[in-house]
Amino acid sequence: MSPDRRESRRQPRSGAVFEGRSVPKGRRRLRGWSWMLAPALGFFLAFWLLPFVRLIVMGAGPDNNTGIAGYWMVLTHEQYLSSLMSTLLLSIAVSVSAVLIAGFCGYFLARHQFPGKSWLLSMLTFPLAFPGVVVGFLVIMLGGRQGALAQLSLWATGERWTFAYSLTGLFVGYLYFSIPRVIMTVMAACEKMDTSLEEAARSLGANTRQVVVDVIIPAIRPALISTGAICFATSMGAFGTVFTLGTRINVVPIAIYGEFTNYANFAMAAALSVILGLVTWISLFFARRLSGEYVGGGA
Amino acid sequence: MATNIVRNENSNRPATAPISLRLRHCGRTFPGTRGSHAPHVALQPLDLDVEPGETLVLLGPSGCGKTTTLRIISGLEQPDIGGQVWFGEEDVTQLPIEKRDVGMVFQNYALFPNMNVEANIAYGLRIRGLSPDDIRRRVGEMVDMVHLNGLERRPVHELSGGQKQRVALARALAVRPRVLLFDEPLAALDAKLRDRLRVDIGQLLRSLGITSVYVTHDQAEAMALGDRIAVMENGRIAQLGTPREIYHHPGSAFVADFIGSVNRLEIKGAEEGQLMVAGGRLSVARYHGASVLYCRPEDIEVCPVTQAAITGRVLQTFFLGQSQRLFVDTGAETPLQVESPSREQWLPGQTIGLSIAEEALFSIADAQ
Amino acid sequence: MTTASVRRNGRRGMFYWQLAFTLLICLFMIVPVVMSVTAGLTENYFVGLSSGLTTRWLVEVWNLYAQSIWLSIYLALSCLGVTLVLGIPAAYGLLKSQKRWASLVEELLLMPVAVPGLATALALLLAYGGFRGFRSSWLFILVGHVLFTLPFMIRPVLAVMQSINVVKLEEAASSLGARPVQRFLSVVLPNCTSGILAGALMVLTLSVGEFNITWMLHTPLTKTLPVGLADSYASMRLEVGSAYTLIFLMMILPFLIVVQWLGQVMTRKASARVS
Repeated sequence: MSPDRRESRRQPRSGAVFEGRSVPKGRRRLRGWSWMLAPALGFFLAFWLLPFVRLIVMGAGPDNNTGIAGYWMVLTHEQYLSSLMSTLLLSIAVSVSAVLIAGFCGYFLARHQFPGKSWLLSMLTFPLAFPGVVVGFLVIMLGGRQGALAQLSLWATGERWTFAYSLTGLFVGYLYFSIPRVIMTVMAACEKMDTSLEEAARSLGANTRQVVVDVIIPAIRPALISTGAICFATSMGAFGTVFTLGTRINVVPIAIYGEFTNYANFAMAAALSVILGLVTWISLFFARRLSGEYVGGGA
Repeated sequence: MATNIVRNENSNRPATAPISLRLRHCGRTFPGTRGSHAPHVALQPLDLDVEPGETLVLLGPSGCGKTTTLRIISGLEQPDIGGQVWFGEEDVTQLPIEKRDVGMVFQNYALFPNMNVEANIAYGLRIRGLSPDDIRRRVGEMVDMVHLNGLERRPVHELSGGQKQRVALARALAVRPRVLLFDEPLAALDAKLRDRLRVDIGQLLRSLGITSVYVTHDQAEAMALGDRIAVMENGRIAQLGTPREIYHHPGSAFVADFIGSVNRLEIKGAEEGQLMVAGGRLSVARYHGASVLYCRPEDIEVCPVTQAAITGRVLQTFFLGQSQRLFVDTGAETPLQVESPSREQWLPGQTIGLSIAEEALFSIADAQ
Repeated sequence: MTTASVRRNGRRGMFYWQLAFTLLICLFMIVPVVMSVTAGLTENYFVGLSSGLTTRWLVEVWNLYAQSIWLSIYLALSCLGVTLVLGIPAAYGLLKSQKRWASLVEELLLMPVAVPGLATALALLLAYGGFRGFRSSWLFILVGHVLFTLPFMIRPVLAVMQSINVVKLEEAASSLGARPVQRFLSVVLPNCTSGILAGALMVLTLSVGEFNITWMLHTPLTKTLPVGLADSYASMRLEVGSAYTLIFLMMILPFLIVVQWLGQVMTRKASARVS
């Protein structure tokens, strides 16, 4: 017993000694190089931080119609609250569905080898680079008046079924650009997973379902949560898709766009932007923390 | 459901009589990877019998097929068509690992990071549907057995390597497996800890009397733990025997060389009970005409040149603490290795005499 | 038939169920793309393929939107230039800064990615929209693109610097007498090329496809490719939008292929290093 204990105690201490010796010397010599950050930081301060601070201040300004402070309007007025809620619910629905669907596919692809797999994978992840506008157009291709579904239903029932120009279309579009991301993350997490964990569980009698529940999901849970949070943030802030599908869908980015361009109601636009930015930033921060701590590497 | 009930009875049983383990014609061929590669034969079809309660060690260099054999026994790998795995009187060839009732200890511990020490040990019992009271009692026994008292609630990532492997051992033993399987369990530990845990595992195996198969590439581990050792090479068993047999009567040059060091003495001629070798002549009473004889370094003794059977010049000495290793040039192709007590001191260039007892000489069937 | 073979068949069956589901999802991803490509090459999409294949929509798109396509290319290359100049020194600076500061700065620089592009664009507009000359030039859009793409340059470069342990390499170089600038040019930069390449591809792809910021910042004279796309989706016939999408896909496809190839090479290298 005692040798084991000693071993476990020895390791951290020796590490600390090493750091204590090497860091101060290195830091003194290296600090001189931090100025190389200056150009990027300067650019960021001038073109992002400063404008954004102004935006935060403007958000507290009076609304054009009522004169009530922007932030207060967002939190109290039905019109803004409902668009905030529908955006939140839509984004949650998208990220949960994407994690379920793509988590399943990603696990399957990570665990099986079969001819044509690399092609399948390329096709599944290729849409990762599509901008929101293109995704919106692809949704129209699927569910618009000339879309695949409309043609199918016309042939089958004589009616044109469409879903593109509604929240459903938006849901499909956001699912479309979330799936490739989740598949890549889940595959990476599965491949990084120690296969002997699964073997150990099976040697103890666990069946497939028990292995999935007790070993695999706990092992890839950080990756699932962090990728879900990224999907959530992306869906909250996405503008291109909904812009293509039509500006009648009531989500926050459209509300911001409308307040700004149609009514020149800068305080409201600013307040909505800041609140939206806060929500996406928090969820992404959370995602990075999770993946940084458990999975390693960046989000 | 039905299997579940049977399972409960199984794991509640007191440690029943150990079973035997038999492999019949078990080979394993992996299909060639993309392109020109031919199928890779990881394991030639082999038969293997492990007696009830015996510990069999599979020993060999990496890629010799020992791990594949273990995985076939565990059910993680299927033997090629025609292979059979028998646990006692039951043919388990088609059973997946989760139905075989084996305990497995992995090189990298494979502890579930989302569970603490207790939960890891309890996992197999939970799967078998034991009552919470039974689980608690059994986990307690296991914790005592592997001396982990006080660490039950620890998350596993806070444990040292040695502690982790104890947890893994307890987890495998908790389900009272029919067969216990070890896949290089000590390879990831440092030398001192390895020696300690080896002693502990040895005691456990002896006292529990579970039929066990232990894979390692470390000959010291194999000697200490194995009732019998199967030395493997290129996907086949090169020799199977007790540690003593393997060490003192190696069946092939490969085995002789893999287990300990060995000296090769070429016989240049024989006359009147004397064998001519490089550096002198050996007196032997019985000689069967082998062209090469072998002996271990510790069986060669340094003696005064006047009484020596062989003389040679010291090339190099390595001080090892408990003994020293001399490399002696006798005029043969490779120098003789001699293990001598560490208090005597020899200098490179010095001429010394060597004597070898007749019973220390052995020949090997397959050597030319 | 034994129970074992039933079980084996069961496992195979499960494999095919899972494969079928994955294929279904793949269909969902790929069918609209194929439809869009077909529509862009069809004479009349309402009639169908029977109306014949044509390139006239592609030509029409080119006549209408060539300027926006060129602007996008120009903008992407400029954006790449600026992110290289700002990003590589920044990665190096981050590497050498104290850990606490470095993570704070990285967090800050990531803000334009973490916050919706719409918000960033709005902030820029409200702060700098008053400067007429700046507002109406393509530089205004460039600023937005650089803000958005800079983290994608810094991150891979920094990751490579960390993985090859640049600090140790530099210590070796300085022990051989190399001065700081020499070290940076002869040891640091050449060893970071894979990270720089990955970052550059990412920056180009993102800049060519950027819409959220650009839509708010553009003027009728500074329309980029995605702005033109949105325009054509809203006001042109389906075939023109499809043809335009096709042109966009053909533009980003080479990048994506190189990115995928690069990823494969990198993982192969990494696994070779591990084993």
